[in-house]
Amino acid sequence: MEILAEGHGELLGWHDPDENREWVRTHKPRALVDKRMTVREAVERYVHDGDYLAMGGFGHIRTPMALVYEIIRQRRRNLAVAGKTAVHDIDILIGAGCVSRVEVAYAFGHELRGLSPAGRRAVESDQCRVVAEISNGGYQWRFLAGMMGIPFIPSRNMLGTDTFEKSACKVARDPWSGKPVCLIPAAYPDVAIFHVPRADMYGNAQIDGILVEDFELARAARRVIVTTEEIVDNERIRAEPWHTVIPFYVVDAVCEVPYGAHPCQMPYLYFFDEEHIGEWLRLSRTPEGTEDYFARYVYGVSDFEAYLELVGGVRKLSYLRRVERLQERMQAPWL
Amino acid sequence: MAVEGFSLRKLQACVAARMLEDHRSVFVGTGLPMIAALLAQRTHAPGILILFEAGGIGPQPPVLPISVGDSRTFHRAVAASSMHDAMSAAQAGYLDYGFLGAAQIDMYGNINTTVIGAWEHPRARLPGSGGANDLGSFCHRTIVIMQQDRRRFVEKVDFLTTPGYLTGPGARERAGLPAGSGPYRVITQLGVYGFHPESKRMQLLSVHPGVTVEEACANSAFEVLVPERVGTTAPPTEEELRLLGEIDPMGISVGR
Repeated sequence: MEILAEGHGELLGWHDPDENREWVRTHKPRALVDKRMTVREAVERYVHDGDYLAMGGFGHIRTPMALVYEIIRQRRRNLAVAGKTAVHDIDILIGAGCVSRVEVAYAFGHELRGLSPAGRRAVESDQCRVVAEISNGGYQWRFLAGMMGIPFIPSRNMLGTDTFEKSACKVARDPWSGKPVCLIPAAYPDVAIFHVPRADMYGNAQIDGILVEDFELARAARRVIVTTEEIVDNERIRAEPWHTVIPFYVVDAVCEVPYGAHPCQMPYLYFFDEEHIGEWLRLSRTPEGTEDYFARYVYGVSDFEAYLELVGGVRKLSYLRRVERLQERMQAPWL
Repeated sequence: MAVEGFSLRKLQACVAARMLEDHRSVFVGTGLPMIAALLAQRTHAPGILILFEAGGIGPQPPVLPISVGDSRTFHRAVAASSMHDAMSAAQAGYLDYGFLGAAQIDMYGNINTTVIGAWEHPRARLPGSGGANDLGSFCHRTIVIMQQDRRRFVEKVDFLTTPGYLTGPGARERAGLPAGSGPYRVITQLGVYGFHPESKRMQLLSVHPGVTVEEACANSAFEVLVPERVGTTAPPTEEELRLLGEIDPMGISVGR
């Protein structure tokens, strides 16, 4: 195949497909075994310093925040993180000093709420390095190639741009059409973390609403941790198997964490906690404020349950449920 | 800055809405693009198909979504799907229009949303491509909505995040991008721009009420082509303003 151009970004998380097949053969569970554990145990076991980490959901939608907070609490360092539309999740992780490298499709922003003070400060002062650029479409196709067990996938985006030049992709001539195509390398994150509405103890996880790229990411990642609003009986999964997005054989740990996406949105269950996100955006304007946030909401609490009490408890959570169901109007500091 | 009874953001939303055709599809982000698409849906284009990159397809949002993946983007949708599905549809040619924002743009419609300054040591780090490079590569026509001044309409973008016409006529096709795709319109607070059919350079189509052609050109660091006839953008109608109030009652994107 004729290679016409090469991007100069760092290639994160790529493995030779045969090497990854062997890894899967040795490490991934084929048997239905109980994988329930606490988020503390799951992070202790499966998230290590230096890992390449990806978060499911969409940056501040169905984001595995209980796991994000636990990674911070356990002071993981030098993570490489997939900026695959990473919003609140990555901002918090960078702000806490857990991240040294990011491959960016979308990061350092909070959509309509503005840019991320903590993430931008870290990048603009070289505390955290952007090692590659890519597009959202490109990133999810990295996971698609990974889940398919192929080394790359051809596409027609990124061509002719600096996004390509700073990516880990290559351009080759398509042997059929003769046109240049972008070759997007597979990605196999060391660990991917998800939050879902329900899963059984084996890890069969169901999602309500859009899947974003969780279907592909869960199958591409080497280790998968799932937190769930509730652990349901296996019979419940089998009653509606078409809702299962992440099957048990790709899952390593299952943790029951009600409201585990707070302060982010959990479709059909609870809305964004704009007050809390606003507090983070306000405090993270300075390094001191950032430290105050973590001292209060992460290091200052023993676990996620204590955190939920601190952010407003039942009263706040009921309000977020009403807003999500369109029974009450959203309040937001940025409005 | 307001122009007699309506804000410029409302004008931009109306202009963008009017560009969309009925029975066509549009890839939208949050903010003004969403409002424009919903306004088109409630006026001349009830049959427009709205897609969100995170997987919301054909929704009827009850309130304005605040994120591209927010549950409102698949409220009463025909499908709650995935990014792979949405991006594949765009790459396969199903997407007619796509909306983009920009921190910088050049005369060929190339867009920067990645960094200001050098990539290695940016003066300002911006969010990056997100889905912009994909939309700008795949949609048959892309519409850019942005603020215009000499730091944003630039000779050369600091980083070419999303392809416009790259270096000029034929460059997109030579790079391998889908044939016939590319930027279609640019809507700023001063006017509406298109691209010259041969040279692919940006040209002024209309100026907003109260804005002069000179003002529009002076707020660009590159030479904007000015055809013999430059129209004046039609102001929002009362009906459009009423609908904007309905779509965005809290003034999230168009102000109150």
